[in-house]
Amino acid sequence: MATLRAAFERRRRAGGRALIPFVMGGDPDLGTTGALVRALDDAGADVIEVGIPFSDPLADGPVIQASSTRALRAGTTPEQVLALLRRTTPGLRAPVVILTYWNPVLQFGGGRGPAAFLRAARASGVAGLVVPDLPTEEGRALQRAARRAGVATVFLAAPTSPRARLRAIARASTGFIYYVSVTGTTGARRHLPPELRRGVRQVKRFTRKPVCVGFGISTPAQARAVGRMADGVIVGSALIRALEAARTRAARVAAARRFVSSLRRVL
Amino acid sequence: MAALDELERAYASARRDRRFQHELRVLLHSYAGRPTPLYLAKRLGAHVGGRRVYLKREDLLHTGAHKINNALGQALLARRMGKARLIAETGAGQHGVATATAAALLGLACDVFMGEEDMRRQALNVFRMRLLGATVTPVTSGTKTLKDACNEAIRNWVTTVRTTHYCIGSVVGPHPYPTLVRDFQAVIGREARRQILAAAGRLPDVLVACVGGGSNAIGLFHAFARDRRVRMIGVEAGGTGLRPGHHAATLVAGRPGVLHGARSLLLQDRAGQVLPTQSIAAGLDYPGVGPEHAEYRRTGRASYVAVSDAAALRGCQLLARLEGILPALEPAHAIAYLEQLAPRLRRGAIILLGLSGRGDKDVHTLVEHLEADGHTARRV
Repeated sequence: MATLRAAFERRRRAGGRALIPFVMGGDPDLGTTGALVRALDDAGADVIEVGIPFSDPLADGPVIQASSTRALRAGTTPEQVLALLRRTTPGLRAPVVILTYWNPVLQFGGGRGPAAFLRAARASGVAGLVVPDLPTEEGRALQRAARRAGVATVFLAAPTSPRARLRAIARASTGFIYYVSVTGTTGARRHLPPELRRGVRQVKRFTRKPVCVGFGISTPAQARAVGRMADGVIVGSALIRALEAARTRAARVAAARRFVSSLRRVL
Repeated sequence: MAALDELERAYASARRDRRFQHELRVLLHSYAGRPTPLYLAKRLGAHVGGRRVYLKREDLLHTGAHKINNALGQALLARRMGKARLIAETGAGQHGVATATAAALLGLACDVFMGEEDMRRQALNVFRMRLLGATVTPVTSGTKTLKDACNEAIRNWVTTVRTTHYCIGSVVGPHPYPTLVRDFQAVIGREARRQILAAAGRLPDVLVACVGGGSNAIGLFHAFARDRRVRMIGVEAGGTGLRPGHHAATLVAGRPGVLHGARSLLLQDRAGQVLPTQSIAAGLDYPGVGPEHAEYRRTGRASYVAVSDAAALRGCQLLARLEGILPALEPAHAIAYLEQLAPRLRRGAIILLGLSGRGDKDVHTLVEHLEADGHTARRV
C-alpha cells in the first residue's frame, strides 16, 4: 500500500510540492469516482482525497455541499465508498486519504464506531483520514483506532488557531497537517489571504511533518504561490466545479486530467 | 475552536461579574417584562378532569416568547467581547426576532439565517426582523429548515469569527453553548418555583414543556432538577407519525450521534446521515436536541413523549377557547399532552406548564390547516 510518508518524500526528492486533489465518493455515481481516482493518479496527483458524503457538511462551501447532496441522492454509503477503494487502490501510485465527518465514522457498521471504520478503511488500502469537525481534544478515540489500524490521522489547523492548539494539532496529525488557508468554508476565492505565509510558517515551527494548504485554492497561479510556502496543495471545490461542467463520464475524466495536469505543471 | 475557547472564557468571567448580571437583570425586568406571571388556568384544569394547571406565561414577554431571555444575555456577552455583529439561526422566527431586537437595543449589526421553507411559513416574523434592522438570509440547502439554518450560521461564523458572535437560540451546538443558553433560560424555572410555592404552598407534581432544541424546557426544569418528587416531562413534535422523516421527536426515537458540534441524541439513518424532520411547529423542527435532555432521559430524571401535528392544533384551539390565550404551535404540543397526562394524575394534582410563546406568528398556519380540515374555530 502506498504511504503518505513515501508520497511526500518522493515529491520532495523530485524537487516539487505535493498535489492533493479531492473528489466526492459517489458523485454522480461510484463508477465515475473510480474512473476519476485512476485519472487523478495518472495525471500526477501525489495524494488523492476521497470524500464520504455527509448530510450536514459544516466545513464545506456550496460546491462541495452540492456534491455531497448528489452523492447521497445516488444512495452512496460509507461501505460502498470503501468497497470501491478496495477495488481501486491496488492499482494506484498515490495513497488515498478519506475525508468525512465524525457522525458517519461513529455510526459505521451499525454503530460499531471508529475502530471498525478504520479497520475497514485500512482493508480498503486507505492511507489516511481527515475529519474536519473533530477537534484534537475529542479526537483521542480516533487517534487510538487509527494507530491500531495503521491509518494516518490528519487534523485541521486554522488561521485563528492559537499556538497551544497548533502544537496539539501537529502532535495529533500523523499523516500531514491540513492548514486551512482562510477563516471560512471550502470553495474558490479570488485572492489568497496575505497572512497565509506567516500562518504556515508558524505551524512549521511546531513540526517537521508535511504541512498542506487547502480551502480556496482554485488556479495554477494560486497553487504555485502556495507551493512556495507549504509542502502540499489541496484542491477540491475548483476540481468539482470543473467536473460539473462535463456531461458524460468520459468528459469528466478528461476534465479531471486536464485540471490536475494544469496544476501539476506549476508544482 | 479558538472562538469557542474565547466564548467560554468570556462567559466564565461574565458569570462572576456583578455588573454584567445586574445589567442583564435590569434589562429582563424593565425591557423584556420579567418576572412573567404564573397563571392558574382554571377552565383548562376543569376540562382535563379537575387538575390544577398553572401556566408560566413566557408568551407575555417582549417579542412574544422565552427566546428574549437568551438573546439579551448573549447580546450583552457579545458586546463585552467586543463583537460588533450578531448572527443567529431561526426556525419559527422567534429567536431571530429576539436576536434582532437585542441587536437593535445594543446597537449591534444582525444577520439571521432562516430556511426558505420556514420563511414562507413564518412570513410575519421575517418582516418583523427586517423592521428591526436585521438582514434575513434565506437558506436553500438541505431541508431548508432549522437544521440547515444552523449549518449556514455556523459556516458564516467561521468566516467572520473575529468580529461576530453567533447567538445560538437553543441549548444545542458546541460547548459552551448548551450550558450558557441553559443559564440564561434558567430564570424561567427560578421564578416559577418561587411563584408556585407562593401560590400553592407546595411544589408541583409535574412540569410539562415542549422540546425542540429544548431551551424553554431546560429553562423550566433546571431549578427543579433536585426536587426529586417533581416529575418532568418534555413534549416533542410527533409530526404526522413516528416514521423516519415524518416527525422531530429526537428524545423518543433518536440514537446517540454528533451534529453541530454536540454529542447528543439524533434522528439519523443507519449510516449516520441526519434525517429530515417534519412538524407543524417550525420551532420544533430540529433533528437534534440539547445534550442535557439526552442526559435527563438516560438517567430517567425526565421523560419525553411525542404529540402529533393534529393534536397540537387541537391544543391551540383548546387554550384559546377555554382561557382566551392563543399559544404558539410549539407549546400547543404541551397543552395537547395534558389531555393524556391529567387523567393519570390524582385529583388536585398540580401541573406546571411552560407556555413558551404566543401564537400570533402561527395564525396563518392555523388558518391554512383548520380551513383545509373543514374545522371552524368554534369546534374544540
